[in-house]
Amino acid sequence: MLKQACAALVLLGASGALQAANAFPSTYTPVASQPTLLRNATVLTGDGQRLEQADLLMAGGRIEWVGQGDVPPGTQEIDATGRWVTPGLIDVHSHLGVYPSPSVDAHQDGNEMSDPVTANIWAEHSVWPQDPGFGKALAGGVTSLQILPGSANLFGGRGVTLKNVYSTSYQGMKFPGAPYGLKMACGENPKRVYGQRNKLPSTRMGNVAHYRAEWIAARDYLDRWARYDAQVEAGDEEATAPLRDLKLETLAGVLQGEIIIHMHCYRADEMMTILSLAEEFDYRIGTFHHAVEAYKIADELAEKQVCGALWADWWGFKMEAYDGIQENIALVDRPPGGCAVVHSDSAEGIQRLNQEAAKAMGKGRRAGMAIEPEHAISWITANAARSLGIESMTGSLTPGKMADVVVWNGNPFSVYSKADLVFVDGALLFDRDDPARQPVSDFELGQLQGVKQ
Amino acid sequence: MKTLQWTLAAVLLCCHAVASADTLLIRNAQLHTMTAAGTLASADILVRNGRIAEIGSDLRAPEDSTELDAAGRPVTPALFAGITALGLNEIDMVWPSVDSAVTQIGSPPMRPEFNVVSAYNPHSSPIPVTRIEGFGFSLLGAMAGGSIIGGQGRTVLLDGGYDSFQGDPVLFIALGESASTLAGGSRAAQWMVLEQAVAESESTPRHGEHTLLTREGRAALKGYTRSGTVVFSVHRASDILQVLAFAERHGFRAVIEGGAEAWMVAAQLADAEVPVLLDPLQNLPDSFDMLGARLDNAALLHAAGVRISFSGAGTHHARKQRQLAGVAAANGLARDAALAALTRNPAEIFGLPGGRLERGVPADLVIWSGDPLELVESADHVILGGRLQPMRSRQTELRDRYLPVDATLPRAYIR
Repeated sequence: MLKQACAALVLLGASGALQAANAFPSTYTPVASQPTLLRNATVLTGDGQRLEQADLLMAGGRIEWVGQGDVPPGTQEIDATGRWVTPGLIDVHSHLGVYPSPSVDAHQDGNEMSDPVTANIWAEHSVWPQDPGFGKALAGGVTSLQILPGSANLFGGRGVTLKNVYSTSYQGMKFPGAPYGLKMACGENPKRVYGQRNKLPSTRMGNVAHYRAEWIAARDYLDRWARYDAQVEAGDEEATAPLRDLKLETLAGVLQGEIIIHMHCYRADEMMTILSLAEEFDYRIGTFHHAVEAYKIADELAEKQVCGALWADWWGFKMEAYDGIQENIALVDRPPGGCAVVHSDSAEGIQRLNQEAAKAMGKGRRAGMAIEPEHAISWITANAARSLGIESMTGSLTPGKMADVVVWNGNPFSVYSKADLVFVDGALLFDRDDPARQPVSDFELGQLQGVKQ
Repeated sequence: MKTLQWTLAAVLLCCHAVASADTLLIRNAQLHTMTAAGTLASADILVRNGRIAEIGSDLRAPEDSTELDAAGRPVTPALFAGITALGLNEIDMVWPSVDSAVTQIGSPPMRPEFNVVSAYNPHSSPIPVTRIEGFGFSLLGAMAGGSIIGGQGRTVLLDGGYDSFQGDPVLFIALGESASTLAGGSRAAQWMVLEQAVAESESTPRHGEHTLLTREGRAALKGYTRSGTVVFSVHRASDILQVLAFAERHGFRAVIEGGAEAWMVAAQLADAEVPVLLDPLQNLPDSFDMLGARLDNAALLHAAGVRISFSGAGTHHARKQRQLAGVAAANGLARDAALAALTRNPAEIFGLPGGRLERGVPADLVIWSGDPLELVESADHVILGGRLQPMRSRQTELRDRYLPVDATLPRAYIR
């Protein structure tokens, strides 16, 4: 019975309710690389291990092995003595490209503030691939990132996960095989934006009523497609396909488990309401974003396997951010199964995810939690990959995964440390000592003529 | 475990200190004096009546004094939190709780007489949040609201006093792209109206003449011509040069805030002895005024002989100033210079009594768990005016409420 249901779902995905799965495909191709051996480094694998004086081989764009192993002929060797190696960092919450630099009015493409339900919009269609921020984030060790729409709307639209490699189109950056995210928002933002237009929602209870109405519509949409598919299967030649609805198609993708919910939510009580809402409509919350009060419900989040994508120290910029504390990340991390993620939501913060993690580690330790670098690195690598549903492909230095690797000139949790080398799919795409391996966006090129740099 | 011991020690010492706050002896400090004496590997500091009475080795503890063993940990002057709205802003987006700018107040449009000091509330929650991270003082800023002249502010010691103001009064003027809508849409008009305002401050307008300033505004602005301290918020190199000329013309002591492109005119800034309060994290062309933003701005300015300090972390995140300094140090600025930019330099720029540790200066200092620029480290003790500050804030209390794994009663009963 269960098997049949699954088969039906697959069929649905292929034929009707989730047609968008094939639209705007990734055209990303890894930059050509040669086998590379990193020698004698302190390695943080991303999934909890710390290896001293370890080697790491990348070949064919993949991690071959960490520790010791065979080295094929023609391998480029890099002495990493005294340096630290980590997986490429992952930011699960970025607006690079949709709110790019310079932040002129013409670049405000991140928030479709015309309706509280814009599940039909896709952040990728706003991404300007020439945002100088991508290159700066790469210099900070970020190799993958999710670009999300803003939080004005209850259903903000689809997020897209990118490899941090410049391309002339966003499709050329699109992470192959990464699931879509759906940005949703709790609390102040939706009710403020629409409430001041005298429109639903103007209250938190209005927010919830609106979510529920949409999930009911999404379930109905799935049923309509199921009926249609059954008619087709029964040989009914008169069967008429339902009209595609891009909003409901995205919501249906969530109900089918194909699209991951990334929900902007600050207050603990609201997160608990949302967890109940997800039970009512039988879908899963992937990650609560910002969640400055996640520490109040850390056990509940761990039990439901919901990640918290958090700042190290942001608070106080609005009422629902008033209870932010610097131990939030460490406390969300504390229970067994806890999934703490350090996110940026900032073109500055994304360049220093390691420093944000360092702050959280320091405050966690002072509160009595033993947190070592090999564990804290998971907040910006393995846990972030889990949040995005790409953990089988990247996020740790596991053989077979993408060779997304950072070589740091010291302990990455020191404020003085910097990324020396950044590899994406095995290709060296940032080298702090080689201007030929430092990307410059089209926008930056040729500015400030005559200024001695 | 070590951390726990220190926390307990802090609690005990704190309570003892309340009983006898007058004399405090700190032993075995790695003392960053921020003076010509440099860093002392192991020094004792005797604090009496709110001031540093003596620095030396093996100092004798007077009777009834509180003794603290720094155990070789770094001790620095209390840090500068930058230009903020601490005590003027409880929550950014809760507008009635924000007092840092004057907006629609009618005609005439410019109000240099607006002074944020009278709105200062020492009990505002961001103050202890900032203080326990090692920050002792902040320049209260008057943000550009209805005109490019924001108004006046002053530095405040974050000791929770109602009247803990120090140093020179400061006038704030915002320039460039972000302020151009406040001055007719052109930065040329910014200079036009500023020149008009200065001219008005020098003479009484004729009856019926359209003016920018009230009588009080004229008096206030006149107080700054001839060596008053004026903070100009500005990024673009060409605009900074205009500031230097304007300040020279009218006798202002200019301070640049922002200065993303200041490195491009570093020699001119050094010649004019104009300091820069910059944000070393700014390396993106956030606007067309900031195309030259780069991570080694602080290092380049310092090397050219420009006095630098840091600002830009904002009010609630003022504690991030340590990260600003650390990133500057990671990008070419000597660590001592980065620390000076958080201590001695702002004290000198704004005429404050502290910012260094030597005999006779106010005892505003911090004992750190380790390198004060490292983000995994924290302030262990903060001493302002010779008094150990409670290492508590609304945030530590929230932490302590939710830290216990199990609670028998609802957590509302844990405090």
